[in-house]
Amino acid sequence: MTLVDKDIIAKKRTGRQSRNQIFKWLFFLCTMFGLAVLILLIADTLMDGWSRLNLDFLTNFNSSRAESAGFFGAIVGSLWLMLVTTPVAIVLSVGTALYLEEYAPKNKFTEFIKINISNLAGVPSVVFGLLGLAMFVRALALGNSVLAAGLTLALMILPVIVVASQEAIRAVPASVREASIGMGATKWQTVSRIILPAAIPGIITGIILAISRAIGETAPLVVIGVPTTLLVTPSSVFDSFQAMPMQIYSWVKMPNEEFQYIAAAGIIVLLVILLLMNSVAIFIRNKFTNRY
Amino acid sequence: MSNKNIRDQIINNTRNKSNIFERMIPVILLLITSVSILATIGILVTLLSESFEFFSRVPITEFLTSATWQPYVGDGEWGIWALIMGTLKIVAIAVIFAVPIGLGAAIYLSEYASDRVRRIIKPILEVLAGIPTVVYGFFAINFVNPILQGIYSGFGLYNAVSAGIVVGIMIIPMIASLSEDAMSSVPTAMREGSLGMGATRLETAIRVVIPAAFSGIVASFVLAISRAIGETMIVSIAAGSMPNASFDVTEPLQTMTGFIVQITSGDAAFGTDLYYSLFAVGMMLFIMTLLMNVIASWFTKRFKEEY
Amino acid sequence: MAELKTKIKQNTQEQSVEKSPIIQEEKEVVFQSKNFNLWYGDNHALQDINLTFHENDINAIIGPSGCGKSTFVKSLNRMTELVPIVRTEGDIDFRGDDIFKSGMSVEELRTRVGMVFQKPNPFPKSIYDNVAYGPRVHGIKKKAVLDQIVEKSLRSASIWDEVKDRLTDNAYGLSGGQQQRICIARALAVEPEVILMDEPTSALDPISTTKIEDLMQELKKDYSIIIVTHNMQQAARVSDRTSFFYQGYVVESDDTNVIFENPSDKRTEDYVSGRFG
Repeated sequence: MTLVDKDIIAKKRTGRQSRNQIFKWLFFLCTMFGLAVLILLIADTLMDGWSRLNLDFLTNFNSSRAESAGFFGAIVGSLWLMLVTTPVAIVLSVGTALYLEEYAPKNKFTEFIKINISNLAGVPSVVFGLLGLAMFVRALALGNSVLAAGLTLALMILPVIVVASQEAIRAVPASVREASIGMGATKWQTVSRIILPAAIPGIITGIILAISRAIGETAPLVVIGVPTTLLVTPSSVFDSFQAMPMQIYSWVKMPNEEFQYIAAAGIIVLLVILLLMNSVAIFIRNKFTNRY
Repeated sequence: MSNKNIRDQIINNTRNKSNIFERMIPVILLLITSVSILATIGILVTLLSESFEFFSRVPITEFLTSATWQPYVGDGEWGIWALIMGTLKIVAIAVIFAVPIGLGAAIYLSEYASDRVRRIIKPILEVLAGIPTVVYGFFAINFVNPILQGIYSGFGLYNAVSAGIVVGIMIIPMIASLSEDAMSSVPTAMREGSLGMGATRLETAIRVVIPAAFSGIVASFVLAISRAIGETMIVSIAAGSMPNASFDVTEPLQTMTGFIVQITSGDAAFGTDLYYSLFAVGMMLFIMTLLMNVIASWFTKRFKEEY
Repeated sequence: MAELKTKIKQNTQEQSVEKSPIIQEEKEVVFQSKNFNLWYGDNHALQDINLTFHENDINAIIGPSGCGKSTFVKSLNRMTELVPIVRTEGDIDFRGDDIFKSGMSVEELRTRVGMVFQKPNPFPKSIYDNVAYGPRVHGIKKKAVLDQIVEKSLRSASIWDEVKDRLTDNAYGLSGGQQQRICIARALAVEPEVILMDEPTSALDPISTTKIEDLMQELKKDYSIIIVTHNMQQAARVSDRTSFFYQGYVVESDDTNVIFENPSDKRTEDYVSGRFG
């Protein structure tokens, strides 16, 4: 008596193989769904916004009349915002990553810092907005200034850069570190001359991705109370300002349908900036990975 | 310069090296690191103190048990369940939409796709994950909702389904890439064991890889839920601003995040009940997302211990 | 240099292990370990190590994997301290000074005791910057001096002719054997007194290995070399003295020809004749 009937197995094989094929295509469609959405989203926005995308749109301030509403104040405002957010976020995050990877003793406190950072990464951006509102806008009396919003966003993207920098630092092989220490170089000499330069591509990639997230972030700005109808650009970090995502949001919420087209034009500008930043990040990553 | 000279010079320099700078570095870095703890403390203190103020005006029992949220009527009615229900409706629709697609994509990328395909698809997913949520909000109201209304005329301008679907689209990249990471870290030997016995890729994926990567996959779902709970702009734009605890998904609703945005983009005068209610709602939001993150990291830790 | 020179300490325990110290007595002692013990957590990895190394000798340390030979060599320049769970007892004297005494600068110790590692580990920098790294971290900034040091070190590592036209190229573009000689040049650039080599040829092909072995014969004129190797033929070919480590102990330490031709311990004999390990 045979326990395994070869004929039955052979008969079932065809069905199993075709099921495999069907699901393969199904899974492929799932994968392509993302691409389809991306294309639809871009096409839809382009169709709505293309006609409004001209030099006037880029050089005019916002206006309550749809014909003359422009994006200039928001573009300049977002640049100001990033001028505060970027350096603050870089110093805080790279410093934190260096401490955790190179200097922190292995103890409960270090473990606590790590858990804290991963939890901070999961805090909704709107809650960071509440922190900014109570702490920077009111307690420190910074008002709805570039500084208040910039610090809020810097704290928000801190965990992203910390994690990316930690990974980049960890990817530097221990053997290279040993070589430097073994020649009598001090800890800081090893960190600053060997480890940081080797980790810098990964760190920069993380920074660019985090900054591009901060540029598109809207919720904290709404909570802080960033205005949308200013007719001046800030002249210092203590001034009020406008920002691209905030401006887009206010246009989307307008009842007048004309403003939907203006919002679309604003989205195109924002997406072009983000795509550029993302490509630079991906380029840096692909160019400098696998060197060891 | 002779041999001995260089050797002596180097030894002298080593001996004269100042230690103060070297010792300051860890202290400075520790100070920088503590900012992240200050941020957490800041969030907790802000939310707690302003919430206490709110609960000194509005009984906490009303807040936690009532399902009517009407801040503008009379002294206001403050039943958070109306907002929580709004959030849950959005999350449920998003998860129903995103989990099958995200998991399907993860299976394709980890089990079927060639390296070349993966190298093309993964950056696309990253770009999709990097699109600002305000843009998704625009997409929900100007593209998805008109299609929904074409299918069924009962959908209003603002409803749970269009916002929920688009929140789902937003979390797909997260589910796909985190689940794919989990499945990819299942040892190839396990896969080969199954394939070597004549099992198809599908059977291998379902009977071997997914069970092995299960806790990692669950972690990706939970993290995605946490993101959906905290999502703000899509719901502010596409879900409306009508707090209610009904199960009707064709009607407008309001989520916790949507409420915070609605109040802060209007005028929440400092010191009013409305102002303090922001922080009570924010506290609830913080607790819910924190809970999800803790659960997710528990699953991730379990997964990492297995491999 | 005068203050560095100290008298040779005679250690009676040492004498009992070493049977033929006649030749060594003229040479100065560089390293001497006295009852040195080391633990990784609860694992007692090195037990009562008593060894003496002399100037201008090539000292080979052999033994099966996990016998503690690498750990011992890394203790000589205190590289074992990079592992947080390591604990030590006993002394190691470098030119008469205990390397573990307080006030001993590890930076100075590691400058005077260079190290070449198992796998070639150049920095992701140009060939020039690799070799100039040590002098630079030790405060030599003049371009002319650095140029001189780089050329001299590369010549001493017999790789100058192969790389002199591409000093600005990344060191990762070189072959494994070339990379290892760059690492040797890098170690020589700070003018150390001793060079520790932790299985320096285990990742290399036979031709590169021969080159490095020839190089060691050149280097021993100016430096003391302590080399860990799992390759017994290599130990026999290149070294003057050989120590056999087994399960954290030194079983036997003597002139290389004695160890290989007339060992006193049965385990040494079994190991060098290839019966285990």
